[in-house]
Amino acid sequence: MAKILEKRLIREPDVFYYRLEAPLISRKAKPGQFVIIRLHENGERIPLSLADINPEEGTISLIVMAVGKTTTEMSMMKQGNEILDLCGPLGQPTHIHTVGKVVLVGGGFGVAPLYPIAHAFKDAGNDVVIIMGARSKDLLIYENEFNRVCDRVIITTDDGSRGIKGFVTEALQKELEKGGVDLVLSVGPAIMMQNVSQTTEPFDVKTIVSLNPIMVDGTGMCGGCRVLIGGETRFACVDGPEFDGHQVDWDNLMNRQKKYVNHEKLSFERWKQKHTNMLCE
Amino acid sequence: MKTEKNKKKPKIIPRKTPMPEQDPSQRKDNFEEVALGYSLEMALQEAERCLQCKDPKCVDGCPVNVPIPQFIKAIHDGDIQKAIELIQDKNLLPAVCGRVCPQEDQCEKNCLLGKKHEPVSIGRLERFAADWQGTACQLTTPELPSSTGKRVAIVGSGPAGLTCAYDLAKLGHEVTIYEALHEAGGVLFYGIPEFRLPKDIVTCEIALLRRMGVEIVTNAVIGKLISLDELMQDFDACFIATGAGVPTFPGIEGEHLNGIYSANEFLTRTNLMRAYNSPEFDTPVITGKRVAVIGGGNVALDSVRVALRLGAEKAMILYRRSETEMPAREEEIDHARQEGVRFEFLINPVRLIGSNGWVEKIECIRMELGECDESGRKSVCEIAGTQFQIPVDVVIMALGTEANQLLLKSSGDIALNKRGYIVIDEATGRTSRKWVYAGGDIVTGSATVISAMGAGRTAAKAIHNDLLEFMKE
Ligand SMILES: Cc1cc2nc3c(=O)[nH]c(=O)nc-3n(C[C@H](O)[C@H](O)[C@H](O)COP(=O)(O)OP(=O)(O)OC[C@H]3O[C@@H](n4cnc5c(N)ncnc54)[C@H](O)[C@@H]3O)c2cc1C
Ligand SMILES: Cc1cc2nc3c(=O)[nH]c(=O)nc-3n(C[C@H](O)[C@H](O)[C@H](O)COP(=O)(O)OP(=O)(O)OC[C@H]3O[C@@H](n4cnc5c(N)ncnc54)[C@H](O)[C@@H]3O)c2cc1C
Ligand code: SF4
Ligand code: FES
Repeated sequence: MAKILEKRLIREPDVFYYRLEAPLISRKAKPGQFVIIRLHENGERIPLSLADINPEEGTISLIVMAVGKTTTEMSMMKQGNEILDLCGPLGQPTHIHTVGKVVLVGGGFGVAPLYPIAHAFKDAGNDVVIIMGARSKDLLIYENEFNRVCDRVIITTDDGSRGIKGFVTEALQKELEKGGVDLVLSVGPAIMMQNVSQTTEPFDVKTIVSLNPIMVDGTGMCGGCRVLIGGETRFACVDGPEFDGHQVDWDNLMNRQKKYVNHEKLSFERWKQKHTNMLCE
Repeated sequence: MKTEKNKKKPKIIPRKTPMPEQDPSQRKDNFEEVALGYSLEMALQEAERCLQCKDPKCVDGCPVNVPIPQFIKAIHDGDIQKAIELIQDKNLLPAVCGRVCPQEDQCEKNCLLGKKHEPVSIGRLERFAADWQGTACQLTTPELPSSTGKRVAIVGSGPAGLTCAYDLAKLGHEVTIYEALHEAGGVLFYGIPEFRLPKDIVTCEIALLRRMGVEIVTNAVIGKLISLDELMQDFDACFIATGAGVPTFPGIEGEHLNGIYSANEFLTRTNLMRAYNSPEFDTPVITGKRVAVIGGGNVALDSVRVALRLGAEKAMILYRRSETEMPAREEEIDHARQEGVRFEFLINPVRLIGSNGWVEKIECIRMELGECDESGRKSVCEIAGTQFQIPVDVVIMALGTEANQLLLKSSGDIALNKRGYIVIDEATGRTSRKWVYAGGDIVTGSATVISAMGAGRTAAKAIHNDLLEFMKE
């Protein structure tokens, strides 16, 4: 059981911040790792990245977008409620080392897990730049946090309402052209990470991506999270989630992510129906 | 003695007393237990068949040496309580083992009666005695000696971990079990399906441990949440029983298509996450009309029978050797056949073909058996030019598992063998690191419930002795 110590909406209408009581996990967790939660007895296990780790306080933070049944149910929980199962830290931590200039690339609410990573790279003495993108300015999150830890924050919006108009990859291209980039690390939707990897490839800059296939146990036991890296099968939950972006078979990943779309839709619809009934009563 | 003499020699009943079962046409659609267990009359009749051998070979065949003729005699005498006590002295989980042990390769294989007739159904009698007593939920908590003040950590809550915990707790040690998943029980919970082993039995055994003061910490991945070094600072000894839970894939073209599962994932989704009860439970599982399971062991059989219950119209086993080489239990093969599972022997998948990202066909090649190799197993080789395709919606790979390295990766000082399993001293379970013991599938590779249990028991004894020794010093 893990108590929700704090919960707030950080981006209208569906992205929430949760701070959970997790003394043991917070002591061990490193940037780049994730946890698996199960909300209740009938619930499924879903993986969520660590958006902040606070060992002194014994807490971890998650930023979760309500996209389907489980994440929406979670969004209806309140401060003081308890999450039935919280398991972690899982996966390999980001390999933090001193390389020189690190460019982090994130999109939408997916920038959150980059926060502890940015912190760690900065502490290791790197020059840290973040490129964060969103469709429009209202969809940007964590800007202040990044301003605090990064040497530079580059913002892009699709509609030009803030920062540079365009995609993160265009801003990244410019950074790469300027030269001096030693490492690129990207977290976000698969399609964005693929584009980031394609952008860096001609520049031969090492590019780390954090893959998000569907998982069950998160301990290497089921193989559901298998991904193809350089033609070889790897389990993202134990070997990853971070891999060399230039080696990832993206089509395979994106196809596998769609595996349960129909089930998910059905389950969410049913839940919503039941829920509206409950609200009406 | 006199009465014995007067009695005329009873006529031997050549066949086992049959066990009532759910009708195949009905059970193929539900997850309830297939085999229903003996009534008292049936048990008495079966107990009567035992010859009460002076030198009982059955006992030698049992990995934990259950006093078989003695417990059968107790049943025969109507003293079921005594029977169960005799069994439990050696086997902590008779209700589990009576259901899932491969008796035909162990005790029953050696049974003297089996030389001419069918052997005594030792397994069914074991199950009868266990069920007679009720689940562990109905048992009184055994009395415990005063605490020794010694603390033992157990990693993994499969049969090896559970048994070790029980024995140590009974000796007065403080025991904490750490389990990575949200439920304890290991394969008993996430692997073996409900219709073969009702989960209540496992849950009750675990509840009994809790009543005995054993602490069970779930969601605790040792090596991630707590390192082995940290455990060793907090505990006097540690028993590693993390199983062999990592699935292998054949490495053929198309194995990443949607609709292809490892048996572990398919079974975990249905058993642990109860996808069979979806949408009541949130975890989905893909249920196809045509399901092919690759493999020939218990895991393959469990998968195919689950697929059938999830609504497959055509559920097939594809095995590369012939029926005689199948490692699965005979009983399970018979059950599966009765339920309508199709068996295809001497074929091997070479490629999976899909469209739109989903598997649609499996291309197979015919195989032939050759000479026996040193291990006594017949070799198999492909017959060139015999490729053919089978249309499928779901493919399940039940090709065996490997050692789970999650913990071992982070504790480099424990000696492993070439295949990544822990090296132990057989008699004690001691590993190369002092105060760290191991047993079960993480030592032997995928084996049986009873051998894992036996290993848990052996280690408990050694840990106890070593701790006593240490306290004396
Ligand atoms: C390593 C990792 C880290 C993640 N970190 C975050 C995070 O920090 N914040 C966040 O909001 N989301 C994160 N996700 C995604 C999150 O797990 C899914 O959004 C969530 O599982 C959706 O569940 P649902 O029932 O609400 O929606 P559903 O309707 O069930 O699914 C919506 C989509 O989420 C994905 N998904 C569904 N089930 C799973 C599953 N068991 N495992 C992985 N993906 C699944 C699928 O692509 C699906 O199409 C992460 C995923 C991974 C693998
Ligand atoms: C589908 C299936 C059917 C089977 N059918 C039969 C049968 O009919 N008869 C029979 O005798 N045998 C059968 N077996 C084999 C039998 O179940 C195993 O041999 C036995 O369960 C091994 O026990 P164990 O205690 O060594 O490990 P397991 O039962 O595998 O338990 C290991 C536990 O350790 C946990 N763990 C792993 N790593 C960590 C970590 N780092 N930290 C914390 N916890 C961890 C795992 O989550 C798991 O719960 C079957 C196996 C399967 C998969
Ligand atoms: S070998 Fe068979 S007949 Fe002999 S004691 Fe054992 S069960 Fe009875
Ligand atoms: S989630 Fe099961 S092996 Fe990775």
